[in-house]
Amino acid sequence: MSGRPKVLLLVTLVACAVLSSFSGKISPYYYDVIIGIGINIILAASLNLINGYTGQFSLGHAGFMAVGAYSSAWLSLTFGYSFGLGTFATTSTYFLALVAGGLMAALAGLAVGIPSLRLRGDYLAIVTLGFNEIIKGIIQNAEPLGAQRGLGGMVQHTNFFWTFAFAALTVYVVLSLVHSTYGSGFLAVRDDEIAAEAMGINTTKYKVLAFVVGAFFAGVAGGLYAHFKQFIHPEGFNFLRSFDIVVMVILGGMGSTAGVCLAAVLLTILPEWLRMVDDYPWLPEWLRPITENRMILYSLLLIILMLTRPQGLFGTENFRRRPA
Amino acid sequence: MIEFLQQLVNGLAQGSIYALIALGYTMVYGVLRFINFAHGDVYMLGAFTGLYAAPRLLQAFGGGPSPTGATAVLVVAMLICAIIGILIERLCYRPLRERPRLTVLITAIGVSLFIENAGQYAFGAEPKSFPEIISDRAVEIPESLGALSTLTITIGQLIVIGVTLVLLIGLRTIVLHTRLGMAMRALSFNPLAASLMGVNADVVISFTFALGSALAGAAGILTSIQQPSIDPLMGVNAGLKAFVAAVLGGIGNIPGAALGGVLIGFLEALVVGYINPTYRDAIVFAVLILILLLKPSGLLGKAEREKV
Repeated sequence: MSGRPKVLLLVTLVACAVLSSFSGKISPYYYDVIIGIGINIILAASLNLINGYTGQFSLGHAGFMAVGAYSSAWLSLTFGYSFGLGTFATTSTYFLALVAGGLMAALAGLAVGIPSLRLRGDYLAIVTLGFNEIIKGIIQNAEPLGAQRGLGGMVQHTNFFWTFAFAALTVYVVLSLVHSTYGSGFLAVRDDEIAAEAMGINTTKYKVLAFVVGAFFAGVAGGLYAHFKQFIHPEGFNFLRSFDIVVMVILGGMGSTAGVCLAAVLLTILPEWLRMVDDYPWLPEWLRPITENRMILYSLLLIILMLTRPQGLFGTENFRRRPA
Repeated sequence: MIEFLQQLVNGLAQGSIYALIALGYTMVYGVLRFINFAHGDVYMLGAFTGLYAAPRLLQAFGGGPSPTGATAVLVVAMLICAIIGILIERLCYRPLRERPRLTVLITAIGVSLFIENAGQYAFGAEPKSFPEIISDRAVEIPESLGALSTLTITIGQLIVIGVTLVLLIGLRTIVLHTRLGMAMRALSFNPLAASLMGVNADVVISFTFALGSALAGAAGILTSIQQPSIDPLMGVNAGLKAFVAAVLGGIGNIPGAALGGVLIGFLEALVVGYINPTYRDAIVFAVLILILLLKPSGLLGKAEREKV
């Protein structure tokens, strides 16, 4: 890989900083949707590393997000003003809290990655789902984290710049990792684990690494989310949230970062668009209640996609056929 | 000691439900080697079939709760669930049979979410109260039994345990002593050899789905006798627990699923009774992770070697 992605990353970061200064002019509603897009891009691109490139089916991404959100929120609630009240001091604390949240999530990713060495497919999906529920259960019983009441009162540090800077960084890291010589190991694990092992690839290391890196960015996304909404609740990180992210990855096409990011944008806007369904008089009456429930639509979409185009909208045919 | 016995009784009743659902997971895994995520939702549909069918059926059998009426509700729910199971397999899984497992897995999750959300749309998201199909009350235990007479055992619990036993014996007979049962076992033993011997895989798979779904439907009705509040998402948790039960017993192994269900029921009751009810779900998942790490083949399952 040449130096081009680095230049692209730099350009994106500058563009984010410039665009960020205009964010005051956007209506709060659109601002909310735009930040949501950025956070979903981070989540989907990082899950794509685990599910798409490495072929480990994880259904617990919201769990990692919860770890990051709660760690960073707790840190900034506890130490938010310990390093001074100036903009620089609070912003650096916020940044450190985000990174710390990411690291905590990465630690959780390590814990999930290790069982993934022995499990595959359906089992791994259920175990990651179980981890998600366990993390939620722990938070629901943890008094310092607000337990069932949720945790609030964080300062709204997350803005356009931070969200999209991290989104760009996530995409950059995932792409550079996968397209490097070192990173072709991820694809090898996905395509044929036994052959990869026979070629001397340390499949264990790659699987755990995918989980750790993926979880780190999910944790950062959680931190961004916590410092944007200023209130987090354990139910916001249940398996339905995980499933939202999985749908983005599958719809975009597992292992296609561009497709997955596009799907993240689409699936963030779609529910908002469906919300305005009352404004479309041409829509038949019987369709209205269904469109209000986006999950019916998502699940149908998923079934039809799997039956007709399992590689996703933008993916290439890289699913391995099951040996007869 | 009495409290412990009480928890065992509660656990056995709840465990019977898990056992019935777990059988569906295990049988489908046996013939198709995949986890039917939508199975827990079939259980939910069973309960809702009962909700809608019970008033009419009870009317037909003389109004009011009666054993014949309750049996009719159970049979109708089992039949409808069997049909739903066959339909799910025919429409969503059969076209994907030669595809990678991941595709089938994602489809199964999609089907599960579709049933849950369509259920919330069709039945309403708020819990519904299940009609009384059999009058549930505590059984009077004679004083002569001493301390045992302080146990609380309800008619509902006895019915759940009794019906589960009958269904398990019925299932055993079908699997061990009928031609279709033999075909099922052959298919799960070696699909290629079975089809070479003239076993029609499509028919057997449909039959397996029907059998498993009927048991899930029965579980839906039996739960509703004990806890008459049902909602469209009731299948998520029960389905996951039953799945853990199936893995605990050794997935693909029929007696194992029944054993696993009962054990998970006991475990849950003991956690609720002695530790903290909020840890009920987390502990069951912890058990799952432990089994998968220590003995992935389960208690009764045989370790399968991976062929390269």
